[in-house]
Amino acid sequence: MEEKISLAHGSGGQKMQNLIQDLIFKYLGNDLLKRMEDAAVLAEIPQGRLVFSTDSFVVDPLIFPGGDIGKLAVCGTVNDIAAMGGRPLYLSLSLIIEEGLEIDLLKQILASLGKTAHKAGVKVVCGDTKVVNKGICDKIFINTAGIGVADIGWKVSVGSALPGDAVLISGNIGEHGIAVLAARERLNFDGQLKSDCAALNGLVAGLSGCAADIHVLRDPTRGGLATVLNEIALRSGVEIEVREQEIPVNKPTRAASELLGLDPLYMACEGRMVAVVKSTSVKKVLNVMRKNTLGRAARVIGRIVSKRPGRVFMETISGGQRIIDMQIEEQMPRIC
Amino acid sequence: MDRIKVKPEKNNFRFLDEYRDRNLAKGLIRSIRQRAGRLNRSVTFMEVCGTHTTALFRHGIRSLLPDNVKIVSGPGCPVCVTSTEDIDLALTAARLPRTIVTSFGDMLRVPGSRGSLKALRSEGCDIRVVYSPLEAIELAVNNHAKRVVHLAVGFETTAPATAAVINRAREKGLDNFSVLCSHKLIPPALKGLAPESRIDGFMLPGHVSSIIGIRPYMFLARECGKSGVIAGFEAVDILQAIDRLLELTEKKSPAVENLYHRCVPDEGNPAARELLKQVFIQKDAKWRGFGHIPKSGLSLRPGLKRFDASRGIEMEPSAVAHRSCRCGEVLRGLISPPECKLFGNICVPETAVGPCMVSSEGACAAYYRYGSDEWKRR
Repeated sequence: MEEKISLAHGSGGQKMQNLIQDLIFKYLGNDLLKRMEDAAVLAEIPQGRLVFSTDSFVVDPLIFPGGDIGKLAVCGTVNDIAAMGGRPLYLSLSLIIEEGLEIDLLKQILASLGKTAHKAGVKVVCGDTKVVNKGICDKIFINTAGIGVADIGWKVSVGSALPGDAVLISGNIGEHGIAVLAARERLNFDGQLKSDCAALNGLVAGLSGCAADIHVLRDPTRGGLATVLNEIALRSGVEIEVREQEIPVNKPTRAASELLGLDPLYMACEGRMVAVVKSTSVKKVLNVMRKNTLGRAARVIGRIVSKRPGRVFMETISGGQRIIDMQIEEQMPRIC
Repeated sequence: MDRIKVKPEKNNFRFLDEYRDRNLAKGLIRSIRQRAGRLNRSVTFMEVCGTHTTALFRHGIRSLLPDNVKIVSGPGCPVCVTSTEDIDLALTAARLPRTIVTSFGDMLRVPGSRGSLKALRSEGCDIRVVYSPLEAIELAVNNHAKRVVHLAVGFETTAPATAAVINRAREKGLDNFSVLCSHKLIPPALKGLAPESRIDGFMLPGHVSSIIGIRPYMFLARECGKSGVIAGFEAVDILQAIDRLLELTEKKSPAVENLYHRCVPDEGNPAARELLKQVFIQKDAKWRGFGHIPKSGLSLRPGLKRFDASRGIEMEPSAVAHRSCRCGEVLRGLISPPECKLFGNICVPETAVGPCMVSSEGACAAYYRYGSDEWKRR
């Protein structure tokens, strides 16, 4: 096979067939996909409520420490479904490829996508490939949509936080954001920064026994923890108080952000879950979370109060108080 | 003078965590409250540096201070004080054919009188964010057919890096690299501010001081009867500086002191200053909000004019800034951001009118982002 993607790979002709057979089936193939029908017919949907979500993925660089756009494309949609209590089952996959992309790179991305999907127990059952002229997109854009099923016990919603609830996070924040930034800008931090990119459906499935005690689940991606907390405060009409010293940030992430003048609160995570939990069930939920590798560092970071609806406040390590606002624009490293 | 002697805990950051220590902070706040109570009047200190502005909010320090201790923001945000004319010059340069303009991230959003670099970038002009002027040189080396113009902003802290790349360009014989030199100097600006009667003392910029040392500030006490302390950027650093400024005010014995010994030697960094001397001469400069301040800017030495990008750029005169924008008064510490009519209203970070709302170090942006939300209820 030639080394680069050309427009012919998206033309619907023989080259496209080859691409599908040689690459996509190789890494993602399953009975439903291999039928090559116009749409996948999903005969076996378990009992429960259907959960449906979609997300598009653009990232520079395509491969970064801890992950790549393929892994991200699975985890992103899987986590959105999981955040509604859903068990993700099926994914669709759309590739928009810039002509000239190295086929080896595409292979690597698809292999990672396939591996992540397999590990998360989801099947890619339908898809599409387009190739666009050079300069029309940046190497490759990926869209995935996913279908899952949520047990009737799950009633999570971003608007369901109640005064008195505790706010939990499943692990360290900011690791994806800083790892991608460092890779893109070639900032050398001795390879210590690594994206947290991971599928969280296993973690959430473990929590189904406490579903009734969990009022909100949300994965902080773009805009980071700060943005998710603001969304919860706004939509639930409550105030959130967090304590800086409880918010887990690993050492390399903290060092890099101190150096660049960035705030980890606003940096993306791709494998973390925020949970708002009834105060009497905190121990139970934490115990379950911590049993999962992805929730080992889970902890309480704050609580819901009713004083100033829609606002998020943080008690700083030194005892002061500051407001945590929505992120306005992408953070830019400061001058000095 | 450093009173902070705490052994760092395991897994913590040395020189960081011990300076955020809650108990140390508590002790200092107690002392600040006592002193402020004894003073029996309102005192106003100015934090000169933009990084102090952000740090004050990030650590939530204003929420800890007694009502009669006011902290106002000064001119030390390099983005904020860059004049409209300098931005317009960069915009004009960016429109030139075969030109790459490089700049630090924050500068992209600063409005000139005809848009911003960011807006030009979306129109297709080649404008790139760099983290160090060295990257700009690299771009010039790798793009022979283009000219690379670096928008050089910042105070004594960042100017040595610009000087170093000018030297590098000279050594390499690069003819496609030049700078728009908008570097500014802190002491001349302080000279203009110090007589301001409502400012009782200055929290002096830690980073700038690491280059210039303590001597250039001595005039504050000697000539103007005001105190100044060089301060670091952690909660304990800042509280310690406020406490000391209060003590000096209480004793009515103005002095200039260095409380940031762990980074700032009293003599500063002579090697960096020597580099500055090799490459730059002092010139009068226009500061946004202050107007022209004598000898407060840097321009390239006559022998290095070939690296001056402003040569040969013809530019229409800049339009006047938004009439209601009060960034000038904010930068001079005359008003606090919420006193401006535009603040939080039509001037918000997404659509900043004035530069103080643009930069994350700007007083308005810091107030908007971290401050109390009083003004949002208006």
